[in-house]
Amino acid sequence: MLTILFDGIAYGMLLFILGIGLCITLGLMNFINLAHGAFAMAGGYLAVVMMNSYGISIYWCLPAAFVFSALLGALLERTLYVHLYDKSHLDQVLFSIGLVFIAMAIVDYAMGANQQIVNLPPSLEGRIDFLGASIGVYRLFVIAICGLLTVGLQFVLAKTRFGSRLRAAVDDGRAARGLGINVTTIFALTFAVGSGLAGLGGALSTGIISLDPTFPLKYMIYFLIVISVGGTTTITGPFFASILLGVADVAGKYYVPAVGGFIIYTIMVAVLILRPQGLFTRSTSR
Amino acid sequence: MFHKGFFKGILGAGVALTLATGLPAIAQETVKVGLILPMTGASASTGRQIEAAAKLFIAQNGNKVAGKTIELIVKDDQGTADMSKRLAQELVVNDKVSILGGFGLTPLALAVGPVATQAKVPAIIMAAGTSMIVDQSPFFVRTSFTLPQNTTPIAVWSAKNGIKKVVTLVSDFGPGLDAEKSFKAGFEANGGQVIEQLRAPLANPDFAAFLQKAKDLKPDAVFLFVPSGQGATLMKQVAERGLAQAGIKVIGTGDVTDDDLLNSMGDDLIGMITSHNYSTDHNSPENAAFVAAFNKANPNMRPNFMAAGGYDGMALIYKALEKTGGSTDGVKLVEAMKGLAWTSPRGPISIDPATRDIIQNVYIRKVEKKNGQLYNVEFDTIPNFKDPTHK
Repeated sequence: MLTILFDGIAYGMLLFILGIGLCITLGLMNFINLAHGAFAMAGGYLAVVMMNSYGISIYWCLPAAFVFSALLGALLERTLYVHLYDKSHLDQVLFSIGLVFIAMAIVDYAMGANQQIVNLPPSLEGRIDFLGASIGVYRLFVIAICGLLTVGLQFVLAKTRFGSRLRAAVDDGRAARGLGINVTTIFALTFAVGSGLAGLGGALSTGIISLDPTFPLKYMIYFLIVISVGGTTTITGPFFASILLGVADVAGKYYVPAVGGFIIYTIMVAVLILRPQGLFTRSTSR
Repeated sequence: MFHKGFFKGILGAGVALTLATGLPAIAQETVKVGLILPMTGASASTGRQIEAAAKLFIAQNGNKVAGKTIELIVKDDQGTADMSKRLAQELVVNDKVSILGGFGLTPLALAVGPVATQAKVPAIIMAAGTSMIVDQSPFFVRTSFTLPQNTTPIAVWSAKNGIKKVVTLVSDFGPGLDAEKSFKAGFEANGGQVIEQLRAPLANPDFAAFLQKAKDLKPDAVFLFVPSGQGATLMKQVAERGLAQAGIKVIGTGDVTDDDLLNSMGDDLIGMITSHNYSTDHNSPENAAFVAAFNKANPNMRPNFMAAGGYDGMALIYKALEKTGGSTDGVKLVEAMKGLAWTSPRGPISIDPATRDIIQNVYIRKVEKKNGQLYNVEFDTIPNFKDPTHK
């Protein structure tokens, strides 16, 4: 029972880190970036290559994946995405889904279509017993990292000067510019951080789930569920939504395996009927 | 005088023309074989293995058989059924292929069935493993394997070797359900008991819940099936979940311990027992030659059971053409294929004349480390085993 809860939380945390960048760009910057999963995939493949081909420790691979995806995100933001901020949502969707297919084709060509797996260091393998529950060490590691990141993100957005500038830039870009805030830089930075987090999530996920060129499409559904259930105006909304979905998914497959795969969708439908604005969104509209 | 000779000339030309058009089979000197394979997408490893093996067979045996030149055309269906069907139509209508082959997954083979039937073109199944495929067209002939064929031996073996209670975990699609059903039938007929049947969605990222469930039920063994190329993630999670430490044996079909990926799956697999129709490690002179040639042509790639299916598929086509004397008539070719028997890299095989399905040895194997590499080492053989659902 505790083990199931734990596995669910670990899975949910992973979904959160993978999807939080999308929440930021969508909620704060009002930009639909369906190619978000491609950045996660980039981080994942970088980690795989570093670990398997060069034998570099996972503790170096994770920050490297963050930096790599963040730089990639910044580069694409400056060259491609920047032209689409003023365009309609449909244009943004079409553009970013196109990017997904390009990314998938590139990875397929460069790395092959087979599933990539990494061999974790012995210190992260195995299981420990905690209060009668058997817990995988790697999943504990994932929870710890994701938990720290969540606290850090919440702090930055709510308490720091950068956070308040970002919120100002989003709420009213013209007024923010008038006050001397460099909106362009703030958006670029935010986009890069969101992509970097996805890359980190992608690298972390290689230890649990499979990494192959279809990754961005496969997980896009999960990101979108997290966002539609959690709402995009806060960090905590998607966070609790991710945990809820992770736990419901794992518990559902455990207790009612016959319909397990559908539970996550059932929850989404129920939430959307009862609270179309998202489970954790404040009812004030912008 | 002059006009008589002229008339004769016209007559002669007419006769020649009739002869030429009346017997197009003789005039056509090239036999085109169209392989439809998933070369990209999730099952790409299947396509690459089969293509490499088919090309190897042609390189070894020459491209001439019964006076005809064999031309291989490989098309990528990306693992989607509508694409397989469209490519089959194009190959038959535009490229005028005499024989189709390949088909990486069951739905892809089923999509091509009607095309083969209508065009009367033999379609050689080199990969897909659901039992009922061969019933869907009289032009299907199989050189791969069927899931019941590969599953029943491990079920019987387990029941006879001290395993009493088993939980099955399979991918939720045709071959997975075939494996689940065959395992239960074979295992319970020999005194075992299947206490839970778990089905994971085909596109399942996290097996945690299913494996935890299996672990909590405390069976003697867990039976696993996932399609070729997808075993890596599952086996990593099996190791992470600590089934071995809990005293639960892990058994399955050889799809899970795919030779192509086995080495990258790590030492956690050592000791896992599976049943399958082909292992790279199979001990025979035919296989030693096959593996050596395959490795030479494709460095860094190990031939797996898909390669064996592709290699034998080409062998079947060559033997059938020899038997028909080069005739590419579809009905004659299928008739020629029925009952053909030869020694393949995987051991003695033959085509069942009644079902057009393959009869072959199925081996019980254990994952072991040899010269620093992991192999499925065969230790027991069920000779000339037919698909048990087609009696």
